[in-house]
Amino acid sequence: MKELMLGNAAIARGAYEAGVKVAAAYPGTPSTEILENITRYPEIHAEWAPNEKVALEVAVGASIGGARALAAMKHVGVNVAADPLFTFAYTGVNGGLVLITADDPGMHSSQNEQDNRYFGRFAKIPVVEPSDSQEALGFILEAFEISERFDTPVLFRVTTRLAHAQSLVETGERLEQEVKPYIKDVAKYVMMPAMARQRHLKVEERMKALSSFVENTPLNRIEWGSKAVGVITSGIPYQYVREALGTDVSILKLGVVYPLPWNMIRKFAAEVDRLYVVEELEPFLEEQMRASGVNVTGKELFPKVGELGPEIIRDKIAGKPYSVADLEAAPPVRPPVMCPGCPHRGIYYILSKLKLTVTGDIGCYTLGALAPLSSIDSCICMGASIGTAHGLEKARGAEFARKTVAVIGDSTFVHSGITGLVNVVYNRGTSTVMILDNSTTAMTGHQDHPATGKTIGREPTHRLDLEALIRATGVERVSVVDPFDLEKVEEVVRAEIEANEPSVIIARRPCALLVRQPAAGQMVVDPALCSGCKRCGKLGCPGISFDRDLARINNSLCNSCGLCAQVCRVHHAIQKVGE
Amino acid sequence: MNDLKNILIVGVGGQGTLLASKVLAKVAVMAGYDVKVSEVHGMAQRGGSVVTQVRYGSRVFSPLIPKGEADVIVAFEQLEALRWMPYLRPGGRVIVNDQIIEPMPVILGAASYPDSIPERIRESCPGTLVVSAQGIARNCGSERSANIVLLGILAGTLELPETGWDTALAQSVPPATLEVNRAAFRAGREVAAQRN
Repeated sequence: MKELMLGNAAIARGAYEAGVKVAAAYPGTPSTEILENITRYPEIHAEWAPNEKVALEVAVGASIGGARALAAMKHVGVNVAADPLFTFAYTGVNGGLVLITADDPGMHSSQNEQDNRYFGRFAKIPVVEPSDSQEALGFILEAFEISERFDTPVLFRVTTRLAHAQSLVETGERLEQEVKPYIKDVAKYVMMPAMARQRHLKVEERMKALSSFVENTPLNRIEWGSKAVGVITSGIPYQYVREALGTDVSILKLGVVYPLPWNMIRKFAAEVDRLYVVEELEPFLEEQMRASGVNVTGKELFPKVGELGPEIIRDKIAGKPYSVADLEAAPPVRPPVMCPGCPHRGIYYILSKLKLTVTGDIGCYTLGALAPLSSIDSCICMGASIGTAHGLEKARGAEFARKTVAVIGDSTFVHSGITGLVNVVYNRGTSTVMILDNSTTAMTGHQDHPATGKTIGREPTHRLDLEALIRATGVERVSVVDPFDLEKVEEVVRAEIEANEPSVIIARRPCALLVRQPAAGQMVVDPALCSGCKRCGKLGCPGISFDRDLARINNSLCNSCGLCAQVCRVHHAIQKVGE
Repeated sequence: MNDLKNILIVGVGGQGTLLASKVLAKVAVMAGYDVKVSEVHGMAQRGGSVVTQVRYGSRVFSPLIPKGEADVIVAFEQLEALRWMPYLRPGGRVIVNDQIIEPMPVILGAASYPDSIPERIRESCPGTLVVSAQGIARNCGSERSANIVLLGILAGTLELPETGWDTALAQSVPPATLEVNRAAFRAGREVAAQRN
């Protein structure tokens, strides 16, 4: 019987059936569930890597070692892994290697919406793109065949609406793959200039061979309907086209979006009266087609920004908009917030109170940028907080550094914050870095990392000692605080920003969602004592609201962390009872 | 494609919309339909506006429901019901939990929570059902089963095979909470039955 499967679970199943032996990833929405689902198959060794570059390098090693290997990451993770990717594109594989990129058009949970199909063209490797969970499974099997047949890594691109959509899947059996012999082959795997020049020639030969392969692969297909309109599309937009236009159109559905099947495209273009390209984000297909003299309509109708949907396709191509009654006034937005009891909240309350410049990083704690905490000044990419704080100091002087703090999570620090800290010490900076250590990778759903002391399978392993690591970089001022002790947090932050040398403050308390039991007792407001000053509102806690200026605790949300009682101006107006 | 059903389950991150959609989707699969479910993971799950889209029928293409095509909207919170109304098809049904969760801009006084949401929704959808799912769930043993109360009401409006629901529920909730959730589901069914 067919079963309902998340796109990411189907990719994992595909990896299992393809005989994958090694899989590595760093968590990142919308890719995280791929590796989590792979752990269901004991035949595959799965591991969280500290970052995407290491994840891909582990997969590269497994491939050179003769095993089928997979690495998975979100779109921006491929930026981190781009270094090994571009040169592994030269060496090619021994066991097949597939790199999953999970793109996030619309930026549901990302800092940009880059279109990673370009990575395939840039690195000169084939790009495969499925349209639903069944294809995700089947195309993974094909991707490994392509990888081994053409001696190339394969980029497998999905987007949020595939990764996080469930559809029906028929599974198959695992095709157990023999680990191929390991052969020392310096000309193939040691990319020094003389060898790399030879390999580059192979890459160009490979692209030619792939260009003829894609003309006949079943991954690319034409669905003939009315020939008045032809649409070239791929991935999730294919589903939107079928939804919006039904069988009134002919569709050239691309399962391999790089390189393109030019004969197929020209034949299709010649048969239809009007030709459209429907693709999300960049005109990746359209520009190549125009450059090759295929006259298509695309981005003059469809935006380069955000997600597509069936609505705009039906409107622009069929001229039949869906009838929609919009609301007369837009309802108030509901931005995400830190959870009640979140250990990050109090830190930002203090940083905001001290009016510090805060360079931020990627994780739940990026929410400290939003009102009322409004604490973060910049957020660029994983690990950027520390380098950015150092750059600010070098541009604006040490006095500015006395008013600046870098904040970074524990998982992000291990991902790519360590090198930033090494740089601060090496280049005689005086930054203050706060590691908000909630002992997990929280935003993506609580994955372990080297500093939690647990593997992906929750087996005990060596726990990276953050304090020892930080001291080894040359930072001598290292302190640990409880983020629920606001007085202490303020005292330590004031002292460390004043120091004329680098310092690190570790604010350590587990994520509120990991601690199943809320703190004992219940927070209660005494309305007779509450002065209505709304200082507790500056915490931005969803469990606190105001009724005619008087504070009110929503006990179904409250986690009894007690921060509101600590910040309250009036003694005993908010108290914890029943402890 | 006339048998296509589109169900939008909306709420606030953390309210249990994903679990409700999981049970619904299982029942639709057991009934032999093609099914697609689109979920929200990541940042919005931290107290943001969340939506799960469940579509079933003989063939489903888009994982997203086009605006103006939802047959039923189940809203776990009043403001979220209002937000997603443009997705309702003419003649579609709305089930609204009367819970109010103020979003941060409202708590901060930067925006105000709209007045009389149920009345406003009834203007365009007269048959809208407004319930106190938390209260009903509390009577069944746990307020946390409010999502299953709403699922029970939804079940009463759909023509899916009766037997599937209990099987799907048993497969989806922790065994220790199954009895409470069964009671919550039955209570929801009764609310729907009284209404029909």
